Amino acid sequence: MEKKIVDARGLACPLPVVNAKKAAEELHTGDVLTVLVDNEIAVQNLQKFAKQKGYTAAGKKKAEKEYEVTIQVVSADAAKTAATEEQDEEVACTVDARKNGMVIVLSANVMGTGEEKLGKSLMKAFVFAVTKQDILPETILCYNTGAYLTCEGADTLEDMKILEAEGVNILTCGTCLDFYGIKDKLAVGTVTNMYEIVEKMEQAKTIIRP
Amino acid sequence: MENIVFCKGGGCTAKLGAGVLSRVLGMLPKGPVDENLLIGYDSKDDAAVYRVSDDVAIVQTLDFFPPMVEDPYIFGQIAATNALSDVFAMGGEVKTALNIVCFPEDMDLNILGKILQGGAEKVIEAGGTLAGGHSIADDGVKYGLSVTGIVHPDHIYPNNMAETGDILILTKKLGVGIICTANRIGEASAEAMEEAVASMTTLNKTAAEIARSYRVHACTDVTGFGFLGHLHEMLDGKHSCKVFAAQVPIMQNVLQYADEFYLTAAAQKNRNHVESYVQFENISFAMEEVLFDPQTSGGLLLAVHPEDAEKVLAEMQEKGLPAAIVGEITEKREFEIYVKSGAA
Repeated sequence: MEKKIVDARGLACPLPVVNAKKAAEELHTGDVLTVLVDNEIAVQNLQKFAKQKGYTAAGKKKAEKEYEVTIQVVSADAAKTAATEEQDEEVACTVDARKNGMVIVLSANVMGTGEEKLGKSLMKAFVFAVTKQDILPETILCYNTGAYLTCEGADTLEDMKILEAEGVNILTCGTCLDFYGIKDKLAVGTVTNMYEIVEKMEQAKTIIRP
Repeated sequence: MENIVFCKGGGCTAKLGAGVLSRVLGMLPKGPVDENLLIGYDSKDDAAVYRVSDDVAIVQTLDFFPPMVEDPYIFGQIAATNALSDVFAMGGEVKTALNIVCFPEDMDLNILGKILQGGAEKVIEAGGTLAGGHSIADDGVKYGLSVTGIVHPDHIYPNNMAETGDILILTKKLGVGIICTANRIGEASAEAMEEAVASMTTLNKTAAEIARSYRVHACTDVTGFGFLGHLHEMLDGKHSCKVFAAQVPIMQNVLQYADEFYLTAAAQKNRNHVESYVQFENISFAMEEVLFDPQTSGGLLLAVHPEDAEKVLAEMQEKGLPAAIVGEITEKREFEIYVKSGAA
Protein backbone atom coordinates (compact mmCIF):
# COMPACT_ATOMS: atom_id res chain seq x y z
CA MET A 1 0.00 0.00 0.00
CA GLU A 2 1.37 3.34 -1.05
CA LYS A 3 0.92 6.55 0.89
CA LYS A 4 1.13 9.97 -0.65
CA ILE A 5 0.82 13.44 0.83
CA VAL A 6 -0.29 16.54 -1.07
CA ASP A 7 0.30 19.79 0.77
CA ALA A 8 -2.24 22.26 -0.59
CA ARG A 9 -2.12 24.72 2.28
CA GLY A 10 -2.02 28.29 1.03
CA LEU A 11 -3.58 27.30 -2.29
CA ALA A 12 -7.00 28.61 -3.31
CA CYS A 13 -9.74 26.43 -4.83
CA PRO A 14 -9.66 24.71 -7.29
CA LEU A 15 -5.96 23.92 -6.80
CA PRO A 16 -6.27 21.60 -3.77
CA VAL A 17 -8.72 19.38 -5.67
CA VAL A 18 -6.84 19.63 -8.97
CA ASN A 19 -3.58 18.63 -7.26
CA ALA A 20 -5.30 15.83 -5.35
CA LYS A 21 -6.84 14.54 -8.57
CA LYS A 22 -3.44 14.43 -10.29
CA ALA A 23 -1.91 12.60 -7.33
CA ALA A 24 -4.80 10.10 -7.12
CA GLU A 25 -4.42 9.21 -10.80
CA GLU A 26 -0.99 7.72 -10.03
CA LEU A 27 -2.27 5.59 -7.13
CA HIS A 28 -3.95 2.18 -7.02
CA THR A 29 -6.74 0.54 -5.04
CA GLY A 30 -6.00 0.58 -1.35
CA ASP A 31 -3.46 3.40 -1.54
CA VAL A 32 -3.99 6.35 0.74
CA LEU A 33 -3.77 9.97 -0.27
CA THR A 34 -3.50 12.61 2.42
CA VAL A 35 -4.28 16.19 1.43
CA LEU A 36 -3.45 19.12 3.71
CA VAL A 37 -5.53 22.28 3.29
CA ASP A 38 -6.11 25.46 5.28
CA ASN A 39 -9.87 25.96 5.13
CA GLU A 40 -13.07 24.05 5.63
CA ILE A 41 -14.54 24.81 2.19
CA ALA A 42 -11.51 23.13 0.60
CA VAL A 43 -12.21 20.09 2.81
CA GLN A 44 -15.77 20.01 1.49
CA ASN A 45 -14.61 20.35 -2.11
CA LEU A 46 -12.18 17.45 -1.60
CA GLN A 47 -14.97 15.32 -0.12
CA LYS A 48 -17.15 16.19 -3.10
CA PHE A 49 -14.34 15.15 -5.44
CA ALA A 50 -13.82 11.86 -3.54
CA LYS A 51 -17.54 11.07 -3.58
CA GLN A 52 -17.69 11.59 -7.37
CA LYS A 53 -14.71 9.29 -7.86
CA GLY A 54 -16.15 6.65 -5.53
CA TYR A 55 -13.29 7.09 -3.04
CA THR A 56 -13.86 7.36 0.66
CA ALA A 57 -12.68 10.51 2.39
CA ALA A 58 -12.44 11.67 5.98
CA GLY A 59 -11.70 15.20 7.04
CA LYS A 60 -10.08 16.20 10.31
CA LYS A 61 -9.15 19.55 11.79
CA LYS A 62 -5.60 19.38 13.12
CA ALA A 63 -5.13 22.98 14.19
CA GLU A 64 -6.26 26.48 13.32
CA LYS A 65 -6.12 26.72 9.49
CA GLU A 66 -4.82 23.18 9.22
CA TYR A 67 -7.06 20.43 7.96
CA GLU A 68 -6.20 16.93 6.83
CA VAL A 69 -8.31 14.97 4.38
CA THR A 70 -7.53 11.27 4.09
CA ILE A 71 -8.66 9.73 0.82
CA GLN A 72 -8.76 5.99 0.26
CA VAL A 73 -8.14 5.43 -3.41
CA VAL A 74 -9.99 2.64 -5.24
CA SER A 75 -9.72 1.57 -8.87
CA ALA A 76 -12.38 2.68 -11.34
CA ASP A 77 -14.27 -0.67 -11.26
CA ALA A 78 -14.25 -0.99 -7.50
CA ALA A 79 -15.27 2.64 -7.28
CA LYS A 80 -18.52 2.01 -9.11
CA THR A 81 -19.65 -0.55 -6.55
CA ALA A 82 -18.43 1.53 -3.66
CA ALA A 83 -20.14 4.65 -4.94
CA THR A 84 -23.58 3.05 -4.75
CA GLU A 85 -22.94 1.79 -1.24
CA GLU A 86 -21.40 4.97 0.04
CA GLN A 87 -23.95 7.35 -1.35
CA ASP A 88 -25.94 7.90 1.83
CA GLU A 89 -22.97 7.61 4.11
CA GLU A 90 -22.13 11.20 5.01
CA VAL A 91 -18.42 11.45 5.58
CA ALA A 92 -17.80 12.68 9.09
CA CYS A 93 -15.77 15.84 9.00
CA THR A 94 -15.06 17.00 12.49
CA VAL A 95 -13.99 20.48 11.56
CA ASP A 96 -15.23 22.82 14.22
CA ALA A 97 -16.77 26.27 14.43
CA ARG A 98 -15.36 29.09 16.46
CA LYS A 99 -14.96 27.41 19.78
CA ASN A 100 -13.62 23.98 20.46
CA GLY A 101 -15.64 21.94 22.84
CA MET A 102 -18.88 23.88 23.28
CA VAL A 103 -21.86 21.58 22.79
CA ILE A 104 -25.49 22.65 22.93
CA VAL A 105 -27.94 19.89 23.81
CA LEU A 106 -31.55 20.32 22.71
CA SER A 107 -33.43 17.45 24.32
CA ALA A 108 -36.92 18.78 23.59
CA ASN A 109 -38.72 21.09 21.17
CA VAL A 110 -39.67 23.31 24.11
CA MET A 111 -37.52 25.31 26.53
CA GLY A 112 -38.27 24.77 30.21
CA THR A 113 -41.37 23.21 31.74
CA GLY A 114 -44.78 24.90 31.55
CA GLU A 115 -47.22 25.84 28.79
CA GLU A 116 -46.16 24.19 25.53
CA LYS A 117 -46.86 27.31 23.48
CA LEU A 118 -44.52 29.38 25.63
CA GLY A 119 -41.91 26.62 25.69
CA LYS A 120 -41.87 26.51 21.88
CA SER A 121 -41.50 30.25 21.43
CA LEU A 122 -38.72 30.29 24.04
CA MET A 123 -36.90 27.58 22.12
CA LYS A 124 -37.21 29.53 18.85
CA ALA A 125 -35.83 32.62 20.61
CA PHE A 126 -33.00 30.56 22.12
CA VAL A 127 -31.82 29.16 18.78
CA PHE A 128 -32.09 32.63 17.21
CA ALA A 129 -30.02 34.09 20.07
CA VAL A 130 -27.35 31.43 19.52
CA THR A 131 -26.90 32.68 15.94
CA LYS A 132 -26.12 36.15 17.32
CA GLN A 133 -23.35 35.04 19.70
CA ASP A 134 -19.74 35.98 19.04
CA ILE A 135 -18.66 32.49 20.01
CA LEU A 136 -20.58 29.70 18.37
CA PRO A 137 -20.87 26.12 19.59
CA GLU A 138 -18.92 23.34 17.92
CA THR A 139 -21.89 20.99 17.92
CA ILE A 140 -25.64 21.06 18.48
CA LEU A 141 -27.16 17.73 19.52
CA CYS A 142 -30.90 17.26 19.02
CA TYR A 143 -32.71 14.31 20.51
CA ASN A 144 -36.13 13.14 21.67
CA THR A 145 -38.63 15.88 20.62
CA GLY A 146 -35.57 18.07 20.03
CA ALA A 147 -35.36 16.19 16.72
CA TYR A 148 -38.32 18.26 15.47
CA LEU A 149 -36.15 21.41 15.63
CA THR A 150 -34.06 20.38 12.62
CA CYS A 151 -36.96 19.16 10.46
CA GLU A 152 -39.14 20.74 7.77
CA GLY A 153 -41.78 23.00 9.24
CA ALA A 154 -39.80 23.93 12.38
CA ASP A 155 -39.65 27.66 13.10
CA THR A 156 -36.04 27.11 14.21
CA LEU A 157 -34.99 25.77 10.80
CA GLU A 158 -33.74 29.03 9.25
CA ASP A 159 -31.54 29.78 12.24
CA MET A 160 -30.24 26.21 12.29
CA LYS A 161 -29.28 26.63 8.64
CA ILE A 162 -27.46 29.86 9.43
CA LEU A 163 -25.53 28.05 12.17
CA GLU A 164 -24.69 25.22 9.80
CA ALA A 165 -23.42 27.72 7.22
CA GLU A 166 -21.16 29.08 9.97
CA GLY A 167 -19.64 25.65 10.43
CA VAL A 168 -21.63 24.40 13.43
CA ASN A 169 -22.02 20.63 13.37
CA ILE A 170 -25.74 19.91 13.77
CA LEU A 171 -26.54 16.34 14.72
CA THR A 172 -30.00 14.83 15.12
CA CYS A 173 -30.68 11.49 16.78
CA GLY A 174 -31.66 8.90 14.17
CA THR A 175 -33.64 6.72 16.59
CA CYS A 176 -35.71 9.76 17.54
CA LEU A 177 -36.38 10.72 13.91
CA ASP A 178 -37.53 7.13 13.30
CA PHE A 179 -39.68 7.02 16.41
CA TYR A 180 -41.55 10.21 15.50
CA GLY A 181 -41.72 9.20 11.82
CA ILE A 182 -39.97 12.36 10.59
CA LYS A 183 -36.76 10.93 9.16
CA ASP A 184 -37.57 12.20 5.64
CA LYS A 185 -38.26 15.68 7.02
CA LEU A 186 -34.73 16.30 8.33
CA ALA A 187 -33.68 19.55 6.66
CA VAL A 188 -30.41 20.58 8.26
CA GLY A 189 -27.29 18.83 9.56
CA THR A 190 -26.81 15.07 9.69
CA VAL A 191 -28.20 12.02 11.48
CA THR A 192 -26.31 10.71 14.48
CA ASN A 193 -26.39 7.72 16.84
CA MET A 194 -26.02 7.15 20.57
CA TYR A 195 -22.28 6.43 20.36
CA GLU A 196 -21.62 9.78 18.79
CA ILE A 197 -23.95 11.56 21.20
CA VAL A 198 -22.07 10.05 24.15
CA GLU A 199 -18.72 10.84 22.55
CA LYS A 200 -19.63 14.48 21.87
CA MET A 201 -20.81 14.93 25.44
CA GLU A 202 -17.71 13.26 26.89
CA GLN A 203 -15.37 15.39 24.82
CA ALA A 204 -17.23 18.66 25.41
CA LYS A 205 -15.55 21.34 27.50
CA THR A 206 -18.89 23.06 28.04
CA ILE A 207 -22.38 21.62 27.66
CA ILE A 208 -25.25 24.04 27.38
CA ARG A 209 -28.71 22.64 27.89
CA PRO A 210 -31.57 25.15 27.80
CA MET B 1 2.87 46.63 -19.35
CA GLU B 2 2.97 44.46 -16.24
CA ASN B 3 0.20 41.98 -15.50
CA ILE B 4 -2.57 42.68 -13.08
CA VAL B 5 -1.91 40.97 -9.77
CA PHE B 6 -4.42 38.17 -9.45
CA CYS B 7 -6.44 37.92 -6.30
CA LYS B 8 -7.16 34.41 -5.07
CA GLY B 9 -10.56 34.42 -6.73
CA GLY B 10 -11.85 37.30 -8.77
CA GLY B 11 -15.26 38.51 -9.78
CA CYS B 12 -18.32 37.45 -7.88
CA THR B 13 -16.51 34.42 -6.53
CA ALA B 14 -14.98 36.93 -4.09
CA LYS B 15 -18.35 37.60 -2.46
CA LEU B 16 -18.84 36.77 1.22
CA GLY B 17 -21.07 33.77 1.90
CA ALA B 18 -24.77 34.51 2.42
CA GLY B 19 -24.87 32.74 5.78
CA VAL B 20 -22.02 34.77 7.24
CA LEU B 21 -23.42 37.98 5.81
CA SER B 22 -26.93 37.63 7.21
CA ARG B 23 -25.43 37.12 10.67
CA VAL B 24 -23.49 40.37 10.51
CA LEU B 25 -26.32 42.39 8.95
CA GLY B 26 -28.71 41.09 11.60
CA MET B 27 -26.60 42.75 14.31
CA LEU B 28 -26.64 46.27 12.81
CA PRO B 29 -28.67 48.93 14.64
CA LYS B 30 -31.85 49.98 12.84
CA GLY B 31 -32.80 53.64 12.93
CA PRO B 32 -36.34 54.99 12.65
CA VAL B 33 -38.30 53.60 9.69
CA ASP B 34 -38.39 55.89 6.65
CA GLU B 35 -41.53 55.18 4.61
CA ASN B 36 -39.90 56.48 1.46
CA LEU B 37 -37.25 53.78 1.58
CA LEU B 38 -39.15 51.34 -0.61
CA ILE B 39 -36.43 48.69 -0.73
CA GLY B 40 -33.60 48.39 1.79
CA TYR B 41 -31.27 45.52 2.59
CA ASP B 42 -33.99 43.80 4.65
CA SER B 43 -35.42 42.43 1.43
CA LYS B 44 -32.11 40.97 0.16
CA ASP B 45 -32.83 42.84 -3.08
CA ASP B 46 -30.30 43.97 -5.67
CA ALA B 47 -30.39 47.68 -4.94
CA ALA B 48 -31.90 50.23 -2.57
CA VAL B 49 -34.89 52.22 -3.84
CA TYR B 50 -35.92 55.56 -2.32
CA ARG B 51 -39.06 57.45 -3.32
CA VAL B 52 -38.52 61.17 -3.87
CA SER B 53 -41.94 61.93 -5.38
CA ASP B 54 -45.04 60.06 -6.55
CA ASP B 55 -43.44 59.53 -9.97
CA VAL B 56 -39.76 59.15 -9.21
CA ALA B 57 -37.72 56.86 -7.00
CA ILE B 58 -33.93 56.72 -6.87
CA VAL B 59 -32.21 53.36 -7.36
CA GLN B 60 -28.83 53.12 -5.63
CA THR B 61 -26.36 50.28 -5.87
CA LEU B 62 -22.65 49.58 -5.69
CA ASP B 63 -20.54 46.64 -6.66
CA PHE B 64 -16.80 46.13 -6.98
CA PHE B 65 -14.44 43.18 -7.04
CA PRO B 66 -10.96 41.88 -7.87
CA PRO B 67 -10.09 40.96 -11.47
CA MET B 68 -11.16 37.62 -12.94
CA VAL B 69 -9.48 38.20 -16.32
CA GLU B 70 -5.96 39.39 -17.15
CA ASP B 71 -6.84 42.12 -19.63
CA PRO B 72 -7.43 45.35 -17.64
CA TYR B 73 -9.73 46.90 -20.27
CA ILE B 74 -11.98 43.83 -20.30
CA PHE B 75 -11.90 43.66 -16.51
CA GLY B 76 -13.13 47.28 -16.41
CA GLN B 77 -15.95 46.45 -18.80
CA ILE B 78 -17.00 43.39 -16.81
CA ALA B 79 -16.92 45.13 -13.42
CA ALA B 80 -18.98 48.04 -14.76
CA THR B 81 -21.46 45.79 -16.56
CA ASN B 82 -21.93 43.84 -13.35
CA ALA B 83 -22.47 46.97 -11.21
CA LEU B 84 -24.88 48.57 -13.69
CA SER B 85 -26.90 45.37 -13.81
CA ASP B 86 -28.45 45.92 -10.38
CA VAL B 87 -30.25 49.03 -11.65
CA PHE B 88 -31.65 47.09 -14.62
CA ALA B 89 -32.71 44.26 -12.30
CA MET B 90 -34.87 46.77 -10.39
CA GLY B 91 -36.49 47.96 -13.62
CA GLY B 92 -34.65 51.29 -13.52
CA GLU B 93 -32.77 53.56 -15.92
CA VAL B 94 -29.09 54.34 -15.28
CA LYS B 95 -28.37 58.05 -14.66
CA THR B 96 -24.98 58.55 -13.00
CA ALA B 97 -22.08 56.38 -11.88
CA LEU B 98 -19.05 56.90 -9.62
CA ASN B 99 -15.83 54.89 -9.93
CA ILE B 100 -14.64 52.82 -6.97
CA VAL B 101 -10.94 51.98 -7.29
CA CYS B 102 -8.34 50.12 -5.25
CA PHE B 103 -4.93 50.14 -6.93
CA PRO B 104 -1.34 49.44 -5.81
CA GLU B 105 0.80 52.58 -5.71
CA ASP B 106 3.74 50.97 -7.46
CA MET B 107 1.76 49.50 -10.37
CA ASP B 108 1.77 50.90 -13.91
CA LEU B 109 -0.89 53.61 -14.11
CA ASN B 110 -1.64 52.66 -17.72
CA ILE B 111 -3.30 49.56 -16.33
CA LEU B 112 -5.60 51.71 -14.22
CA GLY B 113 -6.32 53.82 -17.29
CA LYS B 114 -7.40 50.75 -19.24
CA ILE B 115 -9.65 49.55 -16.42
CA LEU B 116 -11.37 52.94 -16.14
CA GLN B 117 -11.71 53.22 -19.91
CA GLY B 118 -13.50 49.88 -20.08
CA GLY B 119 -15.78 50.93 -17.24
CA ALA B 120 -16.55 54.37 -18.68
CA GLU B 121 -17.55 52.90 -22.04
CA LYS B 122 -20.08 50.64 -20.37
CA VAL B 123 -21.56 53.52 -18.35
CA ILE B 124 -22.13 55.44 -21.60
CA GLU B 125 -23.59 52.36 -23.31
CA ALA B 126 -25.95 51.98 -20.35
CA GLY B 127 -27.24 55.50 -20.94
CA GLY B 128 -25.55 57.07 -17.92
CA THR B 129 -22.88 59.65 -17.14
CA LEU B 130 -19.70 59.03 -15.18
CA ALA B 131 -19.76 61.69 -12.49
CA GLY B 132 -16.72 61.08 -10.30
CA GLY B 133 -15.22 58.47 -8.04
CA HIS B 134 -12.90 57.56 -5.21
CA SER B 135 -9.61 55.69 -5.22
CA ILE B 136 -7.34 54.27 -2.53
CA ALA B 137 -3.92 52.65 -2.59
CA ASP B 138 -4.26 48.96 -1.80
CA ASP B 139 -2.29 45.71 -2.18
CA GLY B 140 -4.56 44.32 -4.88
CA VAL B 141 -6.57 45.73 -7.76
CA LYS B 142 -10.29 46.15 -7.25
CA TYR B 143 -12.73 48.09 -9.36
CA GLY B 144 -16.44 48.75 -9.63
CA LEU B 145 -19.10 51.42 -9.65
CA SER B 146 -21.60 53.09 -7.42
CA VAL B 147 -24.58 53.60 -9.70
CA THR B 148 -27.63 55.82 -9.35
CA GLY B 149 -30.70 55.29 -11.50
CA ILE B 150 -34.35 56.23 -11.44
CA VAL B 151 -37.50 54.18 -11.59
CA HIS B 152 -41.23 54.87 -11.33
CA PRO B 153 -42.24 53.79 -7.80
CA ASP B 154 -45.13 51.73 -9.24
CA HIS B 155 -42.91 49.92 -11.73
CA ILE B 156 -40.15 48.53 -9.53
CA TYR B 157 -39.27 44.89 -10.12
CA PRO B 158 -39.11 43.29 -6.69
CA ASN B 159 -37.02 40.13 -6.50
CA ASN B 160 -39.51 38.17 -4.41
CA MET B 161 -43.08 38.74 -5.66
CA ALA B 162 -43.34 35.81 -8.08
CA GLU B 163 -46.81 34.25 -8.43
CA THR B 164 -47.91 30.65 -8.88
CA GLY B 165 -47.94 29.79 -12.59
CA ASP B 166 -45.29 32.38 -13.51
CA ILE B 167 -42.74 31.28 -16.08
CA LEU B 168 -39.04 31.68 -15.25
CA ILE B 169 -36.86 33.22 -17.95
CA LEU B 170 -33.06 33.40 -17.73
CA THR B 171 -31.39 35.86 -20.11
CA LYS B 172 -27.74 34.70 -20.10
CA LYS B 173 -25.98 31.35 -20.15
CA LEU B 174 -24.57 29.94 -16.90
CA GLY B 175 -20.99 28.88 -16.29
CA VAL B 176 -18.71 31.93 -16.23
CA GLY B 177 -17.43 31.09 -12.72
CA ILE B 178 -16.28 27.62 -13.71
CA ILE B 179 -14.80 28.81 -17.01
CA CYS B 180 -12.83 31.63 -15.34
CA THR B 181 -11.59 29.11 -12.75
CA ALA B 182 -10.45 26.75 -15.51
CA ASN B 183 -8.82 29.71 -17.24
CA ARG B 184 -6.98 30.72 -14.08
CA ILE B 185 -5.12 27.39 -14.08
CA GLY B 186 -4.63 27.46 -17.85
CA GLU B 187 -7.20 24.78 -18.70
CA ALA B 188 -9.94 26.78 -20.46
CA SER B 189 -10.16 26.76 -24.25
CA ALA B 190 -9.87 30.11 -26.02
CA GLU B 191 -13.41 29.70 -27.39
CA ALA B 192 -14.90 29.03 -23.96
CA MET B 193 -13.15 32.04 -22.46
CA GLU B 194 -14.23 34.22 -25.37
CA GLU B 195 -17.84 33.19 -24.85
CA ALA B 196 -17.60 33.89 -21.12
CA VAL B 197 -16.09 37.35 -21.68
CA ALA B 198 -18.71 38.24 -24.29
CA SER B 199 -21.43 37.27 -21.84
CA MET B 200 -19.92 39.16 -18.90
CA THR B 201 -19.60 42.36 -20.95
CA THR B 202 -23.19 42.27 -22.22
CA LEU B 203 -25.36 44.80 -20.40
CA ASN B 204 -28.70 43.62 -19.03
CA LYS B 205 -30.18 46.82 -20.48
CA THR B 206 -31.84 45.24 -23.54
CA ALA B 207 -33.35 42.41 -21.49
CA ALA B 208 -34.72 44.86 -18.92
CA GLU B 209 -36.17 47.16 -21.57
CA ILE B 210 -37.98 44.31 -23.29
CA ALA B 211 -39.37 43.10 -19.96
CA ARG B 212 -40.82 46.55 -19.24
CA SER B 213 -43.70 46.06 -21.72
CA TYR B 214 -44.87 42.87 -20.06
CA ARG B 215 -46.20 41.57 -16.74
CA VAL B 216 -43.02 40.80 -14.81
CA HIS B 217 -43.74 39.88 -11.19
CA ALA B 218 -40.19 39.38 -9.98
CA CYS B 219 -36.71 40.02 -11.32
CA THR B 220 -33.17 39.64 -10.07
CA ASP B 221 -29.76 39.38 -11.66
CA VAL B 222 -27.92 36.11 -11.22
CA THR B 223 -24.54 36.86 -9.65
CA GLY B 224 -22.44 35.57 -6.76
CA PHE B 225 -24.97 33.24 -5.13
CA GLY B 226 -25.43 31.33 -8.39
CA PHE B 227 -28.64 30.46 -10.25
CA LEU B 228 -30.09 28.37 -7.41
CA GLY B 229 -29.08 30.88 -4.71
CA HIS B 230 -30.82 33.78 -6.45
CA LEU B 231 -33.80 31.59 -7.32
CA HIS B 232 -34.07 30.68 -3.63
CA GLU B 233 -34.23 34.39 -2.74
CA MET B 234 -36.90 34.93 -5.38
CA LEU B 235 -39.10 32.15 -3.95
CA ASP B 236 -38.74 33.82 -0.54
CA GLY B 237 -40.27 30.90 1.39
CA LYS B 238 -43.62 31.57 -0.29
CA HIS B 239 -43.46 29.40 -3.40
CA SER B 240 -41.77 26.37 -4.91
CA CYS B 241 -40.69 25.94 -8.50
CA LYS B 242 -39.71 23.45 -11.16
CA VAL B 243 -36.48 23.93 -13.09
CA PHE B 244 -36.09 22.13 -16.42
CA ALA B 245 -32.36 21.41 -16.50
CA ALA B 246 -32.34 20.52 -20.20
CA GLN B 247 -33.61 24.02 -21.04
CA VAL B 248 -31.14 25.97 -18.88
CA PRO B 249 -28.70 27.75 -21.22
CA ILE B 250 -25.09 26.86 -20.37
CA MET B 251 -21.74 27.73 -21.89
CA GLN B 252 -19.65 25.44 -24.07
CA ASN B 253 -17.17 23.15 -22.26
CA VAL B 254 -18.57 24.08 -18.86
CA LEU B 255 -19.83 20.58 -17.97
CA GLN B 256 -16.48 19.12 -18.93
CA TYR B 257 -14.64 21.64 -16.68
CA ALA B 258 -17.00 20.90 -13.80
CA ASP B 259 -16.24 17.19 -14.21
CA GLU B 260 -12.55 18.07 -13.99
CA PHE B 261 -13.34 19.75 -10.63
CA TYR B 262 -12.36 23.26 -11.68
CA LEU B 263 -14.63 24.45 -8.91
CA THR B 264 -14.55 27.53 -6.72
CA ALA B 265 -14.84 27.85 -2.98
CA ALA B 266 -17.76 30.21 -3.58
CA ALA B 267 -19.73 27.51 -5.41
CA GLN B 268 -19.31 25.19 -2.43
CA LYS B 269 -20.51 28.00 -0.11
CA ASN B 270 -23.54 28.40 -2.38
CA ARG B 271 -24.15 24.66 -2.17
CA ASN B 272 -23.92 24.73 1.63
CA HIS B 273 -26.39 27.61 1.75
CA VAL B 274 -29.09 26.33 -0.64
CA GLU B 275 -28.68 22.59 -1.19
CA SER B 276 -31.20 21.61 1.51
CA TYR B 277 -33.96 23.46 -0.39
CA VAL B 278 -33.24 21.67 -3.66
CA GLN B 279 -34.40 18.28 -4.92
CA PHE B 280 -32.27 17.10 -7.85
CA GLU B 281 -33.98 14.49 -10.01
CA ASN B 282 -31.37 12.60 -12.07
CA ILE B 283 -29.13 15.60 -12.53
CA SER B 284 -25.44 15.01 -13.26
CA PHE B 285 -22.83 16.23 -10.80
CA ALA B 286 -21.47 18.65 -13.41
CA MET B 287 -24.89 20.21 -14.02
CA GLU B 288 -25.47 20.58 -10.28
CA GLU B 289 -22.20 22.48 -10.08
CA VAL B 290 -23.21 24.77 -12.95
CA LEU B 291 -26.46 25.59 -11.14
CA PHE B 292 -24.47 26.53 -7.99
CA ASP B 293 -21.75 28.34 -9.97
CA PRO B 294 -21.27 32.00 -8.94
CA GLN B 295 -21.85 34.23 -11.96
CA THR B 296 -19.93 37.43 -12.50
CA SER B 297 -22.17 39.83 -14.41
CA GLY B 298 -24.81 37.16 -14.96
CA GLY B 299 -28.16 37.54 -16.68
CA LEU B 300 -31.57 38.51 -15.39
CA LEU B 301 -33.87 35.89 -13.92
CA LEU B 302 -37.48 36.94 -14.46
CA ALA B 303 -40.79 35.53 -13.21
CA VAL B 304 -43.21 36.43 -15.99
CA HIS B 305 -47.01 36.08 -16.29
CA PRO B 306 -47.59 32.80 -18.21
CA GLU B 307 -49.50 34.53 -21.05
CA ASP B 308 -46.58 36.91 -21.67
CA ALA B 309 -43.66 34.49 -21.37
CA GLU B 310 -43.46 33.35 -25.01
CA LYS B 311 -43.65 36.95 -26.25
CA VAL B 312 -40.90 38.12 -23.89
CA LEU B 313 -38.74 35.21 -24.97
CA ALA B 314 -39.30 35.82 -28.68
CA GLU B 315 -38.37 39.50 -28.37
CA MET B 316 -35.23 38.70 -26.39
CA GLN B 317 -34.11 36.04 -28.85
CA GLU B 318 -34.76 38.41 -31.72
CA LYS B 319 -32.32 40.87 -30.11
CA GLY B 320 -29.70 38.11 -29.97
CA LEU B 321 -29.92 37.29 -26.27
CA PRO B 322 -29.43 33.59 -25.33
CA ALA B 323 -32.59 33.79 -23.21
CA ALA B 324 -34.57 30.65 -22.38
CA ILE B 325 -37.55 29.48 -20.38
CA VAL B 326 -35.99 27.55 -17.52
CA GLY B 327 -38.83 26.73 -15.15
CA GLU B 328 -42.13 27.65 -13.57
CA ILE B 329 -43.38 28.84 -10.19
CA THR B 330 -45.69 26.49 -8.29
CA GLU B 331 -47.51 26.44 -4.96
CA LYS B 332 -45.21 25.85 -2.00
CA ARG B 333 -44.34 22.17 -1.75
CA GLU B 334 -42.09 20.03 0.43
CA PHE B 335 -38.91 21.19 -1.31
CA GLU B 336 -38.50 24.65 -2.71
CA ILE B 337 -36.72 23.90 -5.97
CA TYR B 338 -37.26 20.72 -8.01
CA VAL B 339 -34.61 20.40 -10.70
CA LYS B 340 -35.94 18.01 -13.34
CA SER B 341 -33.71 16.35 -15.91
CA GLY B 342 -35.99 16.76 -18.93
CA ALA B 343 -37.56 19.70 -20.70
CA ALA B 344 -40.96 21.17 -19.78
